[in-house]
Amino acid sequence: MRDEWLRADRLPHIYCAGCGNGTILNCVLEAVDQIGWDMTDTVFVSGIGCSSRAPGYIRTDSLHTTHGRALAFATGVKMANPNLHVVVFTGDGDLSAIGGNHFIHACRRNIDITVVCMNNHIYGMTGGQGSPTTPLGKTSTTTPYGADETPFDLAELAVAAGANYVARWTSYHVTELTKAVLLGFQTPGLSFIEVRCQCPTSYGRRNKYRQPGDFVTFLRDNAILKDRWDRTAKPGSDLPDDAFLVGEFVRRAKPVMGVPDEA
Amino acid sequence: MQGNIACAEGALAAGCDFFAGYPITPSTEVAEHMAAKLPKRKHCFIQMEDEIASMAAIIGAAWTGARAMTATSGPGFSLMMENIGYAIMTETPCVLVNVQRGGPSTGQPTMAAQGDMMQVRFGSHGDISIIALAPSSVQECFELTAEAFNLADRFRCPVFVMADEAIGHMRERIDIPDSVPVTRPKPLKEDMLPFAPEEDLIPGFAAFGTGRKIPVTGLTHNEKGYPDSTNPARHESLVRRLVDKIELRRHDIASYEIVSKDAEYVFVCYGAPVRTVQEVVLGQKIQGTGYLKLKIVWPFPENLLKQFPNVKAFIVPEMNLGMISREIERHTCVPVISVGKIGGDLHYPDELIAVVEKLRNGEER
Repeated sequence: MRDEWLRADRLPHIYCAGCGNGTILNCVLEAVDQIGWDMTDTVFVSGIGCSSRAPGYIRTDSLHTTHGRALAFATGVKMANPNLHVVVFTGDGDLSAIGGNHFIHACRRNIDITVVCMNNHIYGMTGGQGSPTTPLGKTSTTTPYGADETPFDLAELAVAAGANYVARWTSYHVTELTKAVLLGFQTPGLSFIEVRCQCPTSYGRRNKYRQPGDFVTFLRDNAILKDRWDRTAKPGSDLPDDAFLVGEFVRRAKPVMGVPDEA
Repeated sequence: MQGNIACAEGALAAGCDFFAGYPITPSTEVAEHMAAKLPKRKHCFIQMEDEIASMAAIIGAAWTGARAMTATSGPGFSLMMENIGYAIMTETPCVLVNVQRGGPSTGQPTMAAQGDMMQVRFGSHGDISIIALAPSSVQECFELTAEAFNLADRFRCPVFVMADEAIGHMRERIDIPDSVPVTRPKPLKEDMLPFAPEEDLIPGFAAFGTGRKIPVTGLTHNEKGYPDSTNPARHESLVRRLVDKIELRRHDIASYEIVSKDAEYVFVCYGAPVRTVQEVVLGQKIQGTGYLKLKIVWPFPENLLKQFPNVKAFIVPEMNLGMISREIERHTCVPVISVGKIGGDLHYPDELIAVVEKLRNGEER
């Protein structure tokens, strides 16, 4: 299936050795395979950044748009033709900095699209500047003395803004991620899947995760299942340092936009 | 009917089936009318979170084959600039109505101006070309908006209806035809790549979902649509084509009216100032004057200036401090007198007559 869906004539891709984006692209295409969508009525939309180059490698109609605006373009595609399956690839900077307003409004509208955010905590394409998800204290070219702004929790943001399906996994959790993307496809309304992933070139290099595997190990060791945490943690207690929750944050059936008329 | 409503009705007559917009004075009636009409036709009206998103949404919709439009005014128009460039680069047909108001910045939300005439031509970054129309009556709001869709589809570029607050909020009786001519984009041929131009420099169009699997990008791209942004020759041939496909056809695209070719003093006008010029010339308030009225301002049809063999001066009344007058100066050795007026009032006939009289007196001296 992968050979059919990827544009072999676009290779080699631009991703650095050890990048997590390819893993995520692979999981999304696996989910597309499982749901059985057709290439002709599936559209991938993206903004600007490393993550946003992904649609260009997929053999479908695709829109590689302007920085931060992927969700607004995707809204136009889906509302004009609800029969198309629309998937958005975005990154932490694209989605939550320049595109933050479109993010919360797309969630609020609950447009029937699936949004996959490759959150590598950094602006990779422009060479490693701090983003709204750079953790406190971490080094980037624009936070040389350590990030001192509190980062966004993208999954919680999507829940608060109204998305019908929200999950967070990492580039380590490929099976869980694929299942989450599939559930996202199947849930009417906006599905948001945050995927924390490694950027060895721009983030790992400056933050003591020199090998690609170092940050994947970090992701594995610090991911706490949301389910388990909710069941076992004392209410109101803080997560351990560096830890973050993974799993399904919400699955609900609030009113949606952009679904085909039943006729 | 009000000018803004006529813009909306012209769009509906042309088959506009997608509107995305954001409220802004003095254009809001366009959106309100589309909000009332489109859902009843089972078409999409969507109020977006800002003008950046509105422009993005109509581009997305256009790629599904929709006839897509937005409407705005100065501040919103400024916000749209980046995505307008994207529409140009990706050859996306779409229509924007700009009901111009006084700027810069928030300026005069409720007053008329023509201050965006250079921004529409040069506002987005890089070398670009676009098509801009300027209605001077409510009837033309209807006709030019309908025609804008055909030009957008034919040339595969954003097309702008540059109205202004005076025309947008003016009420006049108009004739609405049973139907308007509709030209859709020529289809992408089976054996053609999605961004390979035909002889007219314009590629055929295939909507998303029709099986052509088109990768659309704002990056400099090859004929397949694949990014190729560090190849100077590729960039030059692409951008030159995007400009040439419009500029080389500027004489065919032109839409205008000429009155009194033999005149010595010729007004060149577009939009609301046309009305004062007509009052002066057609009302014969002063002898020896004529006018060139441009219904399409960009691409600028410079050949029309040669239609006045006896002209001693071109007089250009505009509701800005002299934008199109500069363009005219580029194309003629005849003196060009800019009569810029800002603040929101239209030109008075006496103001234009005084300009002609002053020129005449200057000759006699």
